[in-house]
Amino acid sequence: MKNKNLYNYILGIADNSLILGQRLGELCGHGPNLETDIALTNISLDLLGQTRNYYQYIARLHDKEKTEDDIAFLRSEREYINVLLVEQPNTHFGFVMARQFFYDVFHLMLMEKLQESKDETLSAIAKKAIKEVSYHFRFSSDWVKRLGDGTKESHYKMQEAVDELWRFTDEFFHLTEADKAMIEAGIGVDVSNFKEAYYIKVSEILTEATLSIGASKYFQKGGKQGIHSEHMGFILTELQYMQRTYPNMKW
Amino acid sequence: MNEKDIKNLEEIFEQRIARDEKIEPKDWMPEKYRQTHIRQISQHAHSEIVGMLPEGNWITRAPTLRRKVALLAKVQDEAGHGLYLYSATETLGITREELYEQLHSGKAKYSSIFNYPAITWADMGAIGWLVDGAAIINQVALCTTSFGPYARAMVRICKEESFHQRQGFEILLTLCNGTEVQKAMAQDSLNRWWWPSLMMFGPPDAESTHTEQSMKWKLKRKSNDDLRQQFIDQTIPQAEILGIKVPDPDLKWNEKRKSYDFGEIDWEEFWQVVKGHGPCNKERINARIDAWEKGVWVRDAALAYAEKQSDKKLNKAV
Ligand SMILES: [Fe+2]
Ligand SMILES: [Fe+2]
Repeated sequence: MKNKNLYNYILGIADNSLILGQRLGELCGHGPNLETDIALTNISLDLLGQTRNYYQYIARLHDKEKTEDDIAFLRSEREYINVLLVEQPNTHFGFVMARQFFYDVFHLMLMEKLQESKDETLSAIAKKAIKEVSYHFRFSSDWVKRLGDGTKESHYKMQEAVDELWRFTDEFFHLTEADKAMIEAGIGVDVSNFKEAYYIKVSEILTEATLSIGASKYFQKGGKQGIHSEHMGFILTELQYMQRTYPNMKW
Repeated sequence: MNEKDIKNLEEIFEQRIARDEKIEPKDWMPEKYRQTHIRQISQHAHSEIVGMLPEGNWITRAPTLRRKVALLAKVQDEAGHGLYLYSATETLGITREELYEQLHSGKAKYSSIFNYPAITWADMGAIGWLVDGAAIINQVALCTTSFGPYARAMVRICKEESFHQRQGFEILLTLCNGTEVQKAMAQDSLNRWWWPSLMMFGPPDAESTHTEQSMKWKLKRKSNDDLRQQFIDQTIPQAEILGIKVPDPDLKWNEKRKSYDFGEIDWEEFWQVVKGHGPCNKERINARIDAWEKGVWVRDAALAYAEKQSDKKLNKAV
């Protein structure tokens, strides 16, 4: 492959959307009310739509003939490079919202910068995605506030989710070799530049939600190197079920 | 109001319906009209949201990204249908909580078809093609029903349902043009969904209750058996295009009637499922109850937060 770095750079962004979209897809039909059910499905649809745009683009970078589905469904676990946060389970609605919120703040900042990418396709995808992601961010931050500053029980549950998921936030800002090469080329975004802004934004909203900021200074990493949590295998088992059971067929 | 006045109102009311005027929530209506509509529209709403479950089951396993997105969007449409229909029911003076309570306690019914399991990917095709297809036939007639909010909801819903039906057919068409394994999967799915789809039109006319009243109020425009026949006549040529066979050895074109004759429906099975003993009745209701109960703290929080916010605004205003 000529553009291995470009390929891997985009794959990193796209895998986050795929796995989070898949996780949200599990919830369709099981939301706390119809309105939230519809809204979460919308977010899942947006993320999967973005995933397709990225995969369709990088499928063309491959030497062999590849499709978006080959990339989405036919890799081994170690070849998925999403961050650990997005694969965390839907333990309860507080976890769903905390995961979404931590991701959305990052995702929005990333898309804002990615618009300026020298790669025209990437910049176009980011421009389209930014409208969607701003809506995701508004939705999840509103829910963080509602749950944090709602009832005693919801406050407790939201705090529990924030505390548990906090340790996965730092991984966003780790740079892989592909990231570094693409930053150098003016194509990728140097996310370390907005790490401070990220934590300021997150803290602002958590404070407004009367929640305390994650206390742990110990963070988890590995997803970007394809070393995932134990949840990942089960996600892929469902995701890949049809393609693995019935290989080489059109659906 | 004395009896004579009510009688008079009822007459005016029936005349309005006969003239094809729409009845709106604020209009006077006989209590029986209100109750019948609460029952029917909410039953329809429940069918939409229970109907999300068998297909929702396959979202995480859809075979391609395109199919996954389309299925998600379809199931989301059904949630939207549920939402319009609950809103239409609420205009008759009942809350959504009460309606859910009726669903969860088993007092309210929903379409029995959703008590069958969706066990292969082909079922996503068969459900769209047959179940949404049968729903359209039932619902097109309701676009001109007498109760305004219901009629308007139906117009919107019917458009989306015909899209679902085409999408379902296209899933099966792809399978039927595929490998032997895929074609067999499509055939197996038709075998399992055919008869339950025919049952969606309800019991035979001879056994059907409150038909006359429903006809008058335009809740029903054709009989169950007529609708069923229409569905069969419309579906068989489509099965031929797919190249799969309906599991009915008695199915035969009747040249005189210009319609298909078909075999005996297993009404015992129908009543068993209606009465709550189908393969998935328990699972479906449990899933609904589970979602609702797990959501209590979330809904409470949203309410508490909204109250705090409006208090804050009030304090500022003072
Ligand atoms: Fe529907
Ligand atoms: Fe539908």
